[in-house]
This record gives sequence, C-alpha cells and structure tokens, in this order.
Amino acid sequence: MNDMRIVERTVSTDTAKMTARRAQVYYGDNHALKDVDVDILDKTVTAFIGPSGCGKSTFLRCLNRMNDTVASARVMGEIKLDGEDIYDKRVDPVVLRAKIGMVFQKPNPFPKSIYENVAYGPRIHGLARGKAELDAIVETSLKKAALWNEVKDRLDAPGTGLSGGQQQRLCIARAIATSPEVLLMDEPCSALDPIATAQVEELIDELRSQFSVVIVTHSMQQAARVSQRTAFFHLGHLVEYGETGQIFTNPKDPRTESYITGRIG
Amino acid sequence: MSVGLISLIVLGLAALGFFLGRQKALSSVKGDARLLHSLPSYYGWSVALFTAVPAMLVMIVWLFVQPTLLETQVASTIPAENIAASGNISLVMADVRRIADGLDLVAARAGLDEAGIDALRADFSDLRGRLAEVGVALGANVDGAILAAAKEYRTYSNSLRLGMSVVVLLAALIGAGFAWMRISPDLRARNLVEQFTMALLIGCSLIAVATTAGIIASLVFETWHFFQLYPAKDFFFSLTWNPQFRGGSDLGLWPLVWGTMYVSFISLVVAVPIGLMAAIYLSEYASPRMRATAKPLLEILAGIPSIVYGLFALVTVGPLLRDWIAGPLGLGNSSSSVMTAGLVMGIMLIPYVSSLSDDIINAVPQAMRDGSFGLGATQSETVKRVVIPAALPGIVGAILLAASRAIGETMIVVMGAGAAAQLSLNPFEAMTTVTVKIVSQLTGDTEFASPETLVAFALGLTLFCITLALNVLALVIVRKYREQYE
Amino acid sequence: MTDASLNPAAPKSLLTADARTRNRRAAEMRFRMIGLSAVLLGLVALVFLMVSILGNGVGAFRQTFVEIPVMLDPAALDKSGNRDVEQMKKVTTVGYGKLIEKALGAELVARNIDTQGLTSKDIMGLMSKEAPADLRNQVLANPDLLGQTITFNGFATSRVDGFFKGRVTMDSALRDSNISPEQLTVAQAMADAGLIEVKFNLSFLTAPDASELRPEAAGLGVAILGSAYMMLIVLALSLPIGVASSIYLEELAPKNKWTDMIEVNIANLAAVPAIVYGILALALFINFAGLPQSAPIVGGLVLTLMTLPTIIIATRAALKAVPPSIRDAALGVGASRMQAIFHHVLPLAMPGILTGTILGLARALGESAPLLLIGMVAFVKDYPAAPPEGLMQPATALPVQVYQWTQRSDPAFVERASGAIIVLLVFLLIMNAVAIILRRRFERRW
Repeated sequence: MNDMRIVERTVSTDTAKMTARRAQVYYGDNHALKDVDVDILDKTVTAFIGPSGCGKSTFLRCLNRMNDTVASARVMGEIKLDGEDIYDKRVDPVVLRAKIGMVFQKPNPFPKSIYENVAYGPRIHGLARGKAELDAIVETSLKKAALWNEVKDRLDAPGTGLSGGQQQRLCIARAIATSPEVLLMDEPCSALDPIATAQVEELIDELRSQFSVVIVTHSMQQAARVSQRTAFFHLGHLVEYGETGQIFTNPKDPRTESYITGRIG
Repeated sequence: MSVGLISLIVLGLAALGFFLGRQKALSSVKGDARLLHSLPSYYGWSVALFTAVPAMLVMIVWLFVQPTLLETQVASTIPAENIAASGNISLVMADVRRIADGLDLVAARAGLDEAGIDALRADFSDLRGRLAEVGVALGANVDGAILAAAKEYRTYSNSLRLGMSVVVLLAALIGAGFAWMRISPDLRARNLVEQFTMALLIGCSLIAVATTAGIIASLVFETWHFFQLYPAKDFFFSLTWNPQFRGGSDLGLWPLVWGTMYVSFISLVVAVPIGLMAAIYLSEYASPRMRATAKPLLEILAGIPSIVYGLFALVTVGPLLRDWIAGPLGLGNSSSSVMTAGLVMGIMLIPYVSSLSDDIINAVPQAMRDGSFGLGATQSETVKRVVIPAALPGIVGAILLAASRAIGETMIVVMGAGAAAQLSLNPFEAMTTVTVKIVSQLTGDTEFASPETLVAFALGLTLFCITLALNVLALVIVRKYREQYE
Repeated sequence: MTDASLNPAAPKSLLTADARTRNRRAAEMRFRMIGLSAVLLGLVALVFLMVSILGNGVGAFRQTFVEIPVMLDPAALDKSGNRDVEQMKKVTTVGYGKLIEKALGAELVARNIDTQGLTSKDIMGLMSKEAPADLRNQVLANPDLLGQTITFNGFATSRVDGFFKGRVTMDSALRDSNISPEQLTVAQAMADAGLIEVKFNLSFLTAPDASELRPEAAGLGVAILGSAYMMLIVLALSLPIGVASSIYLEELAPKNKWTDMIEVNIANLAAVPAIVYGILALALFINFAGLPQSAPIVGGLVLTLMTLPTIIIATRAALKAVPPSIRDAALGVGASRMQAIFHHVLPLAMPGILTGTILGLARALGESAPLLLIGMVAFVKDYPAAPPEGLMQPATALPVQVYQWTQRSDPAFVERASGAIIVLLVFLLIMNAVAIILRRRFERRW
C-alpha cells in the first residue's frame, strides 16, 4: 500500500448532479443492493470500490437504467438526475441513457468502422444536421478521447482491429459523442495492460472538466489516483462515502479500513 | 440355405466360439484368471469376432457380386435373335428371372423334383398357364430358348447359393479355429479385441465416405452414359424441354432450372422475412414464457414431412389461390402453380430460417447490445444497426442453407408446381422443376437405357452440384462467423 | 462545452418527450409489432395446415356401411354340397353379388321403401364393388355359415359415402355418371330406415390398397406394414453404425486431414437432397446389386443412409456432453481407452443417442421422395410376409401411399390421403413425445 498516492485535488463544484435515496435492487429474490444514499457531484470523478459482488456495478447500472435489460431485476427507492426521478413512468430510458453515457468493462466496439462506431450515438439521437456536423462531432469526440492522432488516417478501418487500449478509448469516444452529462465507467481498465490503463486514467481526469464521471474499480490504487470522491460498498450496503483522501487515510468505518488495508476483499 | 439361416449359423458359431475360447483360456491357467494377460471374456470375444466378422464380410461381398456373375453367365446363353426380339438384353433377363422364380413355385405346387423341372417343355406343358396359376403373369408364351436360359439361371443360381453357404461357413470355421489355436495365457487378448473393434469403428465411419462416393459415382457414371446418347451441348444450352416416347426429344436444362429458381425464390421471399423477424422477436423481445411456447410450436413446422405440405398445396392452397387470386385477376386457372409451391415451401422453411437465425443472433455477444443500449439506442435500433450487421454473415449462411433445401425439395413441387416445362414470368402458371422431372423421368414407362430416362441422372448431378456448392459456401461462412465470436 | 454542435437538442426535462423521441418510440413499437406478427403468421400457417389436413382427413376413419340380412343359399354358393373350400372357390364374386342384390331388393320391399322406379341393378349400385368380395371372403373363411341368414355389413360406394359426408350433393349427382339423384333418394330412405349407417371404419387402418374404382375399400394396412419394416431396417443398421462411427470420430480419431474430410463429408451428407439418395438407391441397390423393386429392404437401406448423418451428429453431441473427468477417472484406474468408452462414456451418453435416433427415425418415416424412385409407388394389394422374406416382397410406405392416392382422379381419395396423413402425423407425434420424455427423464446436467 505504500505506492498509494493521494493526489490532492479540489472538488470543483458542490452541486449534486445525481442523488440516490434508499435505492434497493432485487435480482429475483436476491436483495443485491440495500438502502443506498449517494449524491454524485457535478464535474467530479466519483469512484465506487469494494470487494466482488458488493453491489457497486449493480448500483452503477441503476444510474442509467441498464438494469432494465435484465428481466429479473427490480429497482426501488429514488434516483434523481437534476432533481427528476429517472424511474418515473414518463421517463424514456433511451433519452436518459443519451444523457448518462456508459463505458463497459471489456471494450465492446461494434463490428463497424471507427467512424461508424463514434457516429452511432449522434445518428440515433439525431444530433447532427448533415455530414459536416457529424464529421465534426466524430473528430471532437476522438480528440477528447485522445485517440484522434492514432486513427485519423484510418477512420474506415474496423473498430475491432484496434489494440485493447485503443478499443477502450474508442468506446469512450463513442460514449462522449452523444454529449452526456454523466459518464459511467464499469471497471474500464480491468481488461487493459498498465500502459493503456495509464492513458485511460489520464483521459478520465481530463473528462472531469466537462462531465460528472462515475467509475467502478476493483483497484484501490486506481480509485485513489483518479477520483475526488469515493464510495465503499460491502455486501450490498454503502458503507462509507466521502472525499477520496479522507476515505483512504482516515476511514470512519472499521470495514472500510479493513478493506483498504487488505484484510477483506 | 437362405441368407438369414446362414447368418444365424454364423452367429451361433460365434457364440460357441466365445464359450470355447473363454474355456480354453481359463483351463490353460487351471481356472486362475489372474494369471491371464486379459480378462477371460476377452479371449472369448477374440474367438467370436474372428468367427463372425470375416464370414459376414465374405457373405456381403458375395451377395453383391453374385447377381453380376449370374447375369453374365446366363446372358451368354441367350441367342441373339431373342435379344433382338425384345430389343434389350435387360428386358430378356427380367423375363428369365421371373420364369426362373416361377419354376420354383410351379415345382413346389406340383411336387416336381429337379428332373421334373428339367423335363418341362415350353411347347407342350402349357407353361404360361401354369406360371400364371402361381402368380407369374407373362405377356407371351414362353420361348424355348428363354426357358432354357431360365433353367440355366436356376441351376447356376442354386449352385452359387450353395457355394456361398460353403464358403461362408468355411470362413467362419477357419476364423474360429485360427483364433482358438492362438489362445494362451500370454496372448494379449484385450489388445487384440480392441484393435479389432477399432477396425470395425473405422470401417463404420467410412460408410459415410462410401455413401458420398456412391452418390457421385452413380451420378457421374449414368450422366456419362446419357451424354453418349444425347449431346451435352443441347442439354446445357437448349431452351426447350420436350421429351418424346419415340426418341427425338428436346432435353434442355433451362426451363427446369428456371422453374426451380422461381419456386425457390418465392419460398425464400416468404420464409426469410417471416423467419428472420420471428427469430428477432423471439430472441430479443419475447418473454421467456412466450419463447418457450412459440419456439417449439414453430419448430413443429420443421418436423412435418414434406408430403404433408405437398398435400396441403394440392388440396388447399392451390385451389384457394386459383379461385381467389389468379382467377379473378385473369392470371391463370391452374391450381398447381409456382406461387402455390413457393408459398407452401416458404411455410416449410420458416422454422428452418428462424431457428438458424436464432442461434446466430444469440451468438452475438451481449456486450454489443449493452454498448448500444448504453448509448441510448432503442431495442429496435440496436437490432437493426448492431445485432443484424454483426450477425449478417451467419444469417446469409442460414439463407443459403434454406435456399439449398428449397432447390432440393421434391414432394411439394411434385404435388404443387405442375409438370409443364416453360420459361414464363407469371407465377400463377404451372411450371416444373429439376426434382419434379427427376421423379417423372425415373418413374415413367420409358426403358432405362434411353436418354429420356438417363437425363434424370444428369439432372440429379446438376442438382447435387448446386446444393453442394450452396452448402459448402454456407458452412464456410457460418464457420468463419462463429470463429469471430469464440 | 465550447463546441456548439455538441449541445444536444435533447429536452431540458426527462419527463417530457420531444417529437424525435416520440417518433423513435413509434418506430420501436412498429418493429415490435412486425416481429410479433411474423411469429403469429408462422403459428397461423401451422394452424391452417393442421385444420386443413384434419378437416379433410377425419372423414376417412368413418365410412358408410349398408347393413342387410343376407341368406347364404347353399344351392348357389356350394353346388357340390360337401363344404369343400377348394370347390367353393369356383363361385366368383359375381355369384355373391347376385345374392346381395336379391337380399337388398327383398329388404327394401320388406321395409316398404320406395325404389323410385330403379332397377335392382341400380339399387345394387349403391353398394361398393368390394362388397361381394367381402362376403365371399367371409364365407370361405367360415363355410359353416352356409344356409344361415347373416347380417352383412358391406361398404356403400364412395358416392353414397360422399353424400352422407356432404361431398356429393343432389346437384352434383345430376352431372355424375356413377350416381343418380334417385339413387341418393333411396339411400337417404335406407338411412332413415337404419339400413345405411356411417360408422368407424377399422379397415382403413388394416386393409390393403384398393383399385381406382373402389376408394371406399382402400386401406393403409400394407403401407403401415411396409413403413414398419423399413423402420426396423433403419433402426437395426443406422443405430449401431452411427454410434460406432461417432465413437471413432469423437473419441478415438486423430485430428488430421483425413478425419477432417470425413467430418465435412458427414455435414454435407446431411444436406444432400433426399431425391439424390433415391437416385443412389436406384443405381446401386436395384440396377447394380439387383435387389427387387418396391421392396422394404431397398427402402430401408436408402433411409438408413439418409438417417446416418443425423444420428452421427446427435451421437457426437451426446458424447461431447459427457465431461472429460469421467474418461480421466476411468483411465486413472487403469482402464484402456476402449474400456473407458464402452463402460462409462457410452452408457452416460445413451439417452442423448436414443433421443437423436428416434428423431432420425421420425424423419425417415415421413420421407417419400427417394421411395418414389425405387418403385414403392406400385399398386400393392398383398401383405408382405413376415421378415426376413417379407423384406424382399413388394410393399408401399405411408407417405408414398398418400402420394399415390393424390394421383387418382376420384375426389374420395383426397379424403383418404388426408386420413393417411393423420395416421402418419400420429406416429410422428408418438415418436417425438417418446424422444422428449426420454430427454426430460434422463437428461443430466454436468
């Protein structure tokens, strides 16, 4: 644990982008997430940490209603985006997901060209009025994902032909092309090598200036490196939530301390 | 001795060999089985296998060779003018065979012995009448030379039959004796039996190869015969199909290929959209309960034999289309039509397309769908823009397989498409297909060696090549597709 | 957010949908409905097919019978008077026909039924031409009946049968040379008097085929027997051969070009059109090996070749499903590879193999195209003998019998063909049910 660097960063805003109150998730009869209360701040990187099966990914998937695609999942409680309940009957999850983008554990580029991968979101949401605008969106997104220089000469090449790290950055570019307000990342580096991981982490830090980023990670070092706020989940409970520095140096809950020092997990 | 009896005897010998072999092995070590290399029953098996397998093989080979031997031997005794009178040696031989069988029956009924049969004379013992009594109806009175040939046929076939019995039983006994002599405590009986079994297993798996070889050989051989009698150029390039009983037929391939393609096309137009959309609905939208009911129900369609579809086309769909669509629109008044056959065949192919596509759509990783949903795509957008493009090669493979089935389908077109070979665009007209003509040319009354019959083999070869090409192409595409996601 | 083009035109609030979102929802709904209607269309086709076949075919199991007392006059039927069956055979069906004709006339008079001025020959025309032969067979089987008055149950002709089933009407009879409206009136009167009755007809399942002019007497006996013989051959050959080659390919064969070729070959054989197998059978079994036409042995052999790939594919899947740990366990205690396979793997794979075999058999049972080419379309009126000789004698098969009946002109045969299909489907249903039960009962999840 001696390599754990806690980067002192200021949290830029205190306005809550998303709020969760008494959020519950059931998979069939299995109560996977219990009474979670979290405020996710705007323009901040929030990390969810905890041992496997603790509910951190489950909670992440609640935030853009990806759990809707799992037939047995039921979500209860209240989760709000900008004060509006995202589980309200009138909310179309499709519109919600355009505002809350997601990047997955394994890079999953579509079997299409790099250009088409990035253009996919803007196309289905009708964000561009013509080819020139679409080109601009693709270019901006790839630049923001720090991939533009590597792929600008082969935008027509298949996205599946890139290296693992490039694929993941492509997926990030794809997600930010729809101009989301929140970006959810589910262990985005777990399938990547250290160099690619470093690139993606650097990228996450840059993205913070525009979106609120929520990242689920298995690695405490990563949480410490990229996040300003950290939530620790254990057995479906949110155990502790606070500033990253405080969680790692001065945890209030003994379970958090045990996890950080490597006794559980 | 009949084949069944010989087989029984050989099996009996093998069983006996089993016990003797086991006995000998045990007695050679004074009943202490631990001193044997293998378990005692393996010694028994080694004898049984050596008894039965070579003998059975000899018998099978003999049964295949015997008719040819018999024919050539007897055919050489028939005078040339008899052959000329019937026009064809195979027709004469058919008569000879029937008379020879009839003689057996006559002899059995009248209690004649061999000498009595020899004494039968065509001219004064009213052979035709006596044969008719035992159920062998002949078109004309029995000719002396033919009767002689028939008698020759009987004696020769009897001696061949006897020869077979002797040789087969001898083979069994020699095998049994050889294996029995070899038994000693040191004999590696288990290895021996296992090697033998292995050879049997390999032999069985070669039957599949032999089947393919048989198909290709019989098709190519008879097609070659056909091209001796009818110019290949006309077969491949003529646009008329007009077989005649008395020769001078036009046997052009194209009207049949056109009919085949037209029917297959319509069937795919029906089956592909319905099958594909059903697969998409069942795999992406349907609740597990609906999927569990609808999928097996649809697959019932695949389990129904094609004769059922044929009858459906003939008695229900054909008249329905004629009375409600073709008739009122003035497009035709035939109940068998390309549309009838195509529509019904399309129904048959729905489950075929849907279950193949279902497999392929399910093979698209969930991560692809998640990626799309995560970007805010609706389910239909995900299906149309991500799942289908990703599954496209596999779906193309499935469609090719369905096409190959449509082209090779026989009963539906025989009963639903009609028999008129023509190049027409009107789907409500009767047209015919390659498979229909294979059936009609091979079940007709024309003699076998005429081009009108042999053309069926050329058609069969064409059909075989087309479907094989489609299948291989489809398999390659599907295999490549699966590798992509494994 | 400096780039203006990146600003979404999305609604400010999640709770209100803009036009584009509404369009997308509508498109989603449409797509869903198209999918649902595709499924429903497929199911409707299935229902339509079943209803059409059942509707046409159920009638075949019920038949119109004429029931009259017939005095079996010894003077007419046994002239020698010594009840010698060989002697009695000299009286042909014509003699029996006259007897029935007389009895029929007498019965009509006795029941006071108006004959509409028809001759007794016309009245006799209500009965099947098969009826005298039926009576003759009854008498020859039991000569003691002579001199008695028996209640004779004879087929009515297919036209009368059709009249009571609604296929023939007074109008159609006007244009029909085989039946007249007067005859139908008499038939109706006889039915009212209880002389004509529509009842279950077992002989549809047991009787042999009948000629073009007697659809009412045609039955499926020979076809069912022929199909059974062929299934016997297919089972006896394809199961052992299929299992043996699967064991070799799945468990023992080295992975090389040669075995790869065998595998590709089997995959392709499964997709070769059925009719091509028919050509193979014609060329190989009939023309080359000289086996008899129309014989179950040839049909059985060709169906075996067709079923083999199915069984091999199913067996290999079943063998593959047995986990390698079972093999390792057997090899670990010193069993040879053969012993591991035959003592452990094969018994565990058996339910899967049997399921595949039954499904393969079901497919073979419904196959007709190759059988057409080996002459099984022949008209066969005699039952084949018991196996093994019966395997070499002419027979037909269920699906081919259907085809043959559809080729005949009398519409009564359509009813019979559909009835035969029902019988075929019942057999298939039973086989599939057995396969499903086997799978449910013995399926093992590792």
